Amino acid sequence: MKFGFIAFILLLPGSGMADIPKQRLDEGRQIAFDRNKGNCLACHVIADGESPGNIGPALAAIPGRFKDKQQLHEQIWDATRFNPETSMPPFGRNRILDAEEIDKVVDYLWSLE
Amino acid sequence: MASRILKNTLSSSALLLGGFIGVLALPSHADPQQDQQKFQRHYQQLFPKLKLPDYADGVYAIDPIARQSWLAIEEFPPYDEAIEQGEALFNTPFKNGHRYADCLPDKGIAIAHEYPRWDRDKGEVITLARAINDCRAENREAPLPYEKGDMAQLLAFMAFTSRGKPISITIPADDPRALAAYQQGKDFYYQRRGQLNFACATCHVQNAGKQLRSEILSPSLGHTSHWPVYRLKWGEMGTLHRRFRECLEQIKARPIPAQSPEFRNLEYFLSFMGNGIPTNGPSTRK
Repeated sequence: MKFGFIAFILLLPGSGMADIPKQRLDEGRQIAFDRNKGNCLACHVIADGESPGNIGPALAAIPGRFKDKQQLHEQIWDATRFNPETSMPPFGRNRILDAEEIDKVVDYLWSLE
Repeated sequence: MASRILKNTLSSSALLLGGFIGVLALPSHADPQQDQQKFQRHYQQLFPKLKLPDYADGVYAIDPIARQSWLAIEEFPPYDEAIEQGEALFNTPFKNGHRYADCLPDKGIAIAHEYPRWDRDKGEVITLARAINDCRAENREAPLPYEKGDMAQLLAFMAFTSRGKPISITIPADDPRALAAYQQGKDFYYQRRGQLNFACATCHVQNAGKQLRSEILSPSLGHTSHWPVYRLKWGEMGTLHRRFRECLEQIKARPIPAQSPEFRNLEYFLSFMGNGIPTNGPSTRK
């Protein structure tokens, strides 16, 4: 079933590099929502996430706010590099998430409306 | 590209200039009075409707919905028993026949709002909890654990006798060690720590009134006014330093024991920031 789904994606005409499998987006969402992982909802409104905080901006229309995925990755890795006063934890630098987990979160956030 | 370089150069010169002005503006020593005015003014701007005494209610001063359930709980306060037990403990003589009243100022009644105090002889900040254990030590009694139990009950009774009296903390100007202790407390307050890289100020100054998930972040002004607390989350009474330690856990920082010099100095700084707020301990919190 899963195999068939991936095959389906690969066979989709016109699907370029930009198309991320739904499974990966779900994993990104999982990491973003998990209280012991990203816990992004503690501070940000995200799509259908329940009881979000309002310390940071709502995470919507992300592609319009970052140059590319790398820039978003760097923001999550260590936001203090760009704003020393930020309240955002340095998820990568302080090993809350690893690089791969951050990449999944980036793919998920990038896919949101 | 060129404009970005120019912008970077501009912002780093602004930073340099800012740092330079910062250095110039710094007095030769810490000025607690000035810190206090700045601190209180910050919250006045955030919550213009609140008067200073309102901050004794903590988050319930700024969260009208949670305030309703809090007021309902306060009608039959879960800390009542602790006040009674604390009074009994307070009046029970030590094995040598002496009592707490014999070694505390004003027999220990209505003094809670004057703590923590700078102790010139010991050269350190003495909190009320520490004064209780010092009194026990003088009378050859074992120290009480600092986070809950008998200590919380004794503090509940003593806080109750100070109810309504304004926090009155002094930093003696003629002992530079007192100012240094205050400064260390202040530094601790603003120092980022833990895996989440938060300072106390990150949540309770910068983001006070905002929501962390569905919880509203409380202002630090008044944080020391209402202890000890029956915390619903604990299901029992606990002390201020128990809550400090819990905060460190929440930001995944190195734990620090209750009544360590760090926490006593932090309490000294925080209490001084809240001077003038009427104490209303013991209290109830979520």
